[in-house]
Amino acid sequence: MPDSDLVTDGARQMTICNACRYCEGYCAVFPAMEQRRLFTKADLNYLANLCFDCRDCYYACQYAPPHEFGVNIPKLMAELRADTYREFTWPKMLAVLFKHSALAVSVITALSIILILVGVLLFQGSTNLFAVHLGEGAFYRVVPFVAMTVPPSVIVLYGLAVFTVGATRFWRETQSGIADLIDRKAFWRAVKDGFGLAYLKGGGAGCNYPDAKFSLSRLWFHHLVFYGFLLDLAATTIAAFYEHFLDWQAPYPYFSLPVVFGTVGGVMLVVGTIGLLVLKWRSDREPAHGGMLSMDAAFLLVLFFTSFTGLLLLVFRETAAMGVLLVVHLGFVAGLFVTLPYGKFAHVIYRYAALVRYAVEQRRLDGQD
Amino acid sequence: MTASNQAYDVLVAGGGNAALCAAIMARRAGARVLLLESAVKDFRGGNSRHTRDIRYMHRAANPYVTGAYEEEEFWQDLLGVTGGATDERLARVVIRESETLADWMPAQGVRWQKPLRGTLHLTRSNLFMLGGGKAMINAYYDTAARLGVEIHYRSEVGELEFQNGRFASARIFSDSGSRTAEAKTLIAACGGFEANVSWLKEYWGEAAENFIIRGTPHNQGRLLRELLQKGVKPVGDPRGCHAVALDARAPKFDGGIVTRLDSVPFGIVVNKEVKRFYDEGEDFWPKRYAIWGRLIAEQPEQIAYSIVDAKALPHFMPSVFPPVAAASIAELAIKLGLDRAALVSVVEQYNRSVRGGTFDPGSLDNCRTESLDPPKSHWATPIDMPPFYGYPLRCGITFTYLGVRVDERARVLMQNDTPTENVFAAGEMMAGNILGRGYLAGFGLTIGSVFGRIAGREAARHAGF
Repeated sequence: MPDSDLVTDGARQMTICNACRYCEGYCAVFPAMEQRRLFTKADLNYLANLCFDCRDCYYACQYAPPHEFGVNIPKLMAELRADTYREFTWPKMLAVLFKHSALAVSVITALSIILILVGVLLFQGSTNLFAVHLGEGAFYRVVPFVAMTVPPSVIVLYGLAVFTVGATRFWRETQSGIADLIDRKAFWRAVKDGFGLAYLKGGGAGCNYPDAKFSLSRLWFHHLVFYGFLLDLAATTIAAFYEHFLDWQAPYPYFSLPVVFGTVGGVMLVVGTIGLLVLKWRSDREPAHGGMLSMDAAFLLVLFFTSFTGLLLLVFRETAAMGVLLVVHLGFVAGLFVTLPYGKFAHVIYRYAALVRYAVEQRRLDGQD
Repeated sequence: MTASNQAYDVLVAGGGNAALCAAIMARRAGARVLLLESAVKDFRGGNSRHTRDIRYMHRAANPYVTGAYEEEEFWQDLLGVTGGATDERLARVVIRESETLADWMPAQGVRWQKPLRGTLHLTRSNLFMLGGGKAMINAYYDTAARLGVEIHYRSEVGELEFQNGRFASARIFSDSGSRTAEAKTLIAACGGFEANVSWLKEYWGEAAENFIIRGTPHNQGRLLRELLQKGVKPVGDPRGCHAVALDARAPKFDGGIVTRLDSVPFGIVVNKEVKRFYDEGEDFWPKRYAIWGRLIAEQPEQIAYSIVDAKALPHFMPSVFPPVAAASIAELAIKLGLDRAALVSVVEQYNRSVRGGTFDPGSLDNCRTESLDPPKSHWATPIDMPPFYGYPLRCGITFTYLGVRVDERARVLMQNDTPTENVFAAGEMMAGNILGRGYLAGFGLTIGSVFGRIAGREAARHAGF
């Protein structure tokens, strides 16, 4: 539905919830809602990003469809979240990518693979591509060091810039000040809630996901993805440190830190993304927003292929397949990171900002009690 | 439907809290149980889906309640609200057995909510279900299904067949037509008759057409009437019903909690003829809101209007429907369809009679009117700060008191006070034995849970388990 209708309907549904409040024990959305009587677009953006889509409230709702009030908070919040991603991004003309995540990821990955392949063939030659390379600097004989480090750094810096703009816009809209940013206790509470995925536990027994039964499977798969991602990030950082400061080039031995972290993280990502994809595939579509679901799927798929090709590369790095695998893996890495600011990854930024906002608000109320 | 011709040990009529407690108990004892819910799955659970909390006896505070609530205090509270319209023996059974619900309910999958900042004022005496009544009902249905209770939706009991004073079989109506089901025992747990407007009309006349039914449209009282016609002894005033003031824009059925309106003590209330008719500030709203349903039901066209000004708005829970707003009282009258001059004059007269004190919504303050009829005893402040707001009010029925007489084993009693051997009742169908009048928050669920369990246990025992 158009944005203004969505805001009108969001305010209508929140007004019903606010007169009921039966769900206040499930998550942060409802206690935050109770601090308001009227619901502006800014309020809804904030509440939507506090929602972890656990769906406990949907199955517990006496006003859920087919009731004539048609209260469907998970769906509403997902629609609003998708809106905030587009609204707060930069530049505005790229906001459209959020609506076509799968296409964007596929095209950019495919283009990247072709670009890298053509580059390798042009500058390194096909013999190099299909040869067995062993020992330090093996990867750089296929894709030179500069090509493998400069473009990724640019892409990552660009992504950080986009998210900084987005987070600032979100923070301003929720009328939070600079002072709130340095509220240490609120910051730590948000860290705890975010890193622990507190609200994927719903009221304690888990999400109603993929269906009306309570389950912690989504929490655990999400943990695998998130911490797998962090481990891979750590592996890359350590490798960069080795390269730049110890002058020690990849590939590293199987039991070196970058490879151990990378392998464990990669396996976690593969298992986690498959788990989440299966859950999403089986999930009840009634409380879902189709647009968000396809954004999720696109992000999970590119994460999966990035980790999977990374693991393949590790296994076959001493064979003639290394060159091709490296090209394909780098293509997926590029697809992942180029689309990062314009896809599901955005939820990390806005959810965290909303959790900080919530922690600040709750601390203020505790002060009043 | 498989094995539908085989006799069941226990036939449970109803699909709300009491019915599920009964079915689970009987099934746990080993009985073969059929449960009939008249609603579709989405609307299962009768009025229990609209509940929030349950009153229970406990000797000390715990993570979910803030203090002790012991038998005598519980009993005195009940005595107070019913004015003695209660059966002490049955009431004490409910109170004492309620103590075990705190553990029994979680064992069936129900989860409690810790007291939160904000709305709750019953955190000492009542346990709050996490997610409310529908979450509780979902847990019970899951447990019942897992245990092997046969559950049929859109099905209900019609005529009963008695042989030699014993229940023998029941006519069952469902989407696929009607059939006869034999069962060793029957548990009647399908609520009151508050959704049966033509039955309500027997006592209220045409006025009943304008009542709003807060809960399920399925509480038609068909089984209640069938039992009474079979010579079962009634209990409770047939005219009695718990009726509250609701926003008149509420849906006819199943509006639940959100359509209630708590604005009354913070302004004035007039009827269609623009006359005030009762002291809006007589007592705290939680103690008085239950009389306003009846008061409105007695007004012309069964409608009234709550009038407040801007400064009253923060003092009551937000309503689900936005108030009618206007810059002046005259404009508000037009928007509400009331006589303009009359409303202006009523408000002016009220404002003139207000004797200012210190306004305090948390106490029976000294803001009252003088020489006004009817008076407003507390929280009387002038209605003078625009914008002015109006809410149309109607009478909303929560439940009816008429039921069947039971003994402490939940057995239904016949007119001559002898118990039927194999017919049991639980929930709103027999709550009138214990709560013959008045209202005690979260007590309907207590009666339903305790007597549901008793009925299930006794029925299973009768069937040989």
